[in-house]
Amino acid sequence: MPKTLAEKVYDAHVVRSTSGEPDLLYIDLHLVHEVTSPQAFDGLRAAGRTVRRPDLTMATEDHNVPTLDILSPIADPVSRAQVDALRRNAAEFGIRLAPMGDRDQGIVHVIGPQLGLTQPGMTIVCGDSHTSTHGAFGALAFGIGTSEVEHVLATQTLPQYRPRQMSVTVDGELAPGVSAKDIILAVIAQIGTNGAAGHVIEYRGSAIEALSMESRMTICNMSIEAGAKAGLIAPDQTAFDFLQGRPHAPQGADWDAAVEYWSTLRTDEGAVFDAEVVLDASSLTPFVTWGTNPGQGLPISERVPDPAEMADEGERRAAEQALAYMGLTPGTPLTEIEVDTVFLGSCTNGRIEDLRVAADLLRGRKIDPGTRMLVVPGSVGVKSQAEAEGLDKVFVDAGAEWRGAGCSMCLGMNPDQLKPGERSASTSNRNFQGRQGKGGRTHLVSPSVAAATALTGRLTAPADLIGA
Amino acid sequence: MDAFTTHTGTVAPLRRSAVDTDQIIPAEYLKRITRTGFEDGLFVAWRTNEPDFVLNKPEFADASILVAGPDFGTGSSREHAVWALLDGGFRVVISSRFADIFKNNSTKAGLLTVVLPQAEVEALWAAAEADPTTQVTVDLQAKQITYSPGGGQSTTVPFDADDYTRWRLLEGLDDVGLTERHLADVEAYEARRPAWLPKALPAIPA
Repeated sequence: MPKTLAEKVYDAHVVRSTSGEPDLLYIDLHLVHEVTSPQAFDGLRAAGRTVRRPDLTMATEDHNVPTLDILSPIADPVSRAQVDALRRNAAEFGIRLAPMGDRDQGIVHVIGPQLGLTQPGMTIVCGDSHTSTHGAFGALAFGIGTSEVEHVLATQTLPQYRPRQMSVTVDGELAPGVSAKDIILAVIAQIGTNGAAGHVIEYRGSAIEALSMESRMTICNMSIEAGAKAGLIAPDQTAFDFLQGRPHAPQGADWDAAVEYWSTLRTDEGAVFDAEVVLDASSLTPFVTWGTNPGQGLPISERVPDPAEMADEGERRAAEQALAYMGLTPGTPLTEIEVDTVFLGSCTNGRIEDLRVAADLLRGRKIDPGTRMLVVPGSVGVKSQAEAEGLDKVFVDAGAEWRGAGCSMCLGMNPDQLKPGERSASTSNRNFQGRQGKGGRTHLVSPSVAAATALTGRLTAPADLIGA
Repeated sequence: MDAFTTHTGTVAPLRRSAVDTDQIIPAEYLKRITRTGFEDGLFVAWRTNEPDFVLNKPEFADASILVAGPDFGTGSSREHAVWALLDGGFRVVISSRFADIFKNNSTKAGLLTVVLPQAEVEALWAAAEADPTTQVTVDLQAKQITYSPGGGQSTTVPFDADDYTRWRLLEGLDDVGLTERHLADVEAYEARRPAWLPKALPAIPA
């Protein structure tokens, strides 16, 4: 029977399957960070359990870490206590930890691929919904809660129900200045924030195949914003080239054996998807969100929508609440919305390619004097590479702030936050109320729209800068 | 985990759709390293900024059944959202559609999520708004909800619950103990994993 890519990976990890019970699925890699793990370790201790496979577990500090003065103790005592708890737990249970200051430290979803720990065909989990990022390599990767973190620590498995299958096919060629972020924002706007509930999305089509690994990670990262269990892309030569030579990638004869297996990881001809979505890449333009969930987005050339014109009552009420929170008037051109802050970073867009794209637009220019721009590399590795390429100088010369690595303003658990009423253009993944700081207003954008917006102080498409 | 068999309480009608877990509890309240004490973060932005917010109304302050619009619990995987609802006195959340991770987390912590058609959600909203003291019984054993709208004739609404999850909740069983019964299967699986799969230890320098 023909299978989808996701079904192949799922089936290869079933430890036990019995009618009337969830399947028991083996987990190849468990990523851990400080926010969703302390209660799980406490649970292990209370039951006298150990971590079954410390060698398949990797921890890092990312959510709470300051992006300035990172070698000093964290000033916020509560954040510090959480990071300290992770350090104690990693030491007690024998888990590798990349702490602040370590060259492997960074956002958990940036360091997995960077170290070569993320590979095709694996099952990967983390107490973080953006674990779907790793699906870019053809891994089945998904976010879990803290009880499940404890379960994986104790058993290296998870009880799971077989997910449904959705395909998102994107054919055609992207116009210049249009990126992976615009593709995924357009997908979410089309199917809604819970439109893929219960499904794993496989992204396919010529536009997806043409993307770099960084761009594929951007797309898979936001699968959860469409409600999907996971998102993945069939591994190909682009994925193999990215992995070869990374610290934890297989070598020699192992590499050949791995590539032979990885090459079988594609959806069979005739496999059935439960739902199918089709997008034409050539029709896409830069996308921005206007509301308070990632599905409330439009092409940047559009205007703030009018809730009165929405037929569905629930949708209308949600739009009214969103516009009230965002302080926006229906009919305003999106390109007239002024921002205070531009945030470039996060597990969605904090990789080297994202920084390069933004730097290319900023090189030799100055950002708007009334706008602050925070550039937060996704990991110490990304930061080092960017500095080796001189990108840090480009950002600083343009008037942006060059920071240390972490989750930063994506969710404001560290000091990088919006103040009440402040408005950002952000390359992160969620524009929920208060996400970037109490009362803060977020517009989700791509790295190139972020850079263009920093230059003008209002939401701007990169194409509109030419000649400016 | 506490077992869940049946619960009777009053309803808080939350007329909002796509309530994300950042609204249920914002990130700054996730720094606590215990499993309890999250009630201060529960819907804190709406409780602080919106005098009309349902949980600010005294008549709904003691509600233990939250009835929300579609797509409840989207976004972040934080199980703290479930803990905050439990700490805030809720034992049941009813919606026409839940986000997967939230629903899954709730089953691990003993918060019952019940999916009802939107029309039944609207009926519960109307009943609670007409009379906030309306008692609603959620019976997981019988898979049904019973209440008397307007103090009139009793109405019974059936709901689905998969047998396995229902059994775990009724018994208050935690998954780790159940999985440990199958360690032999786990060991057999590990013996056939390819040797080239990556290990985080020892750390390999770049």
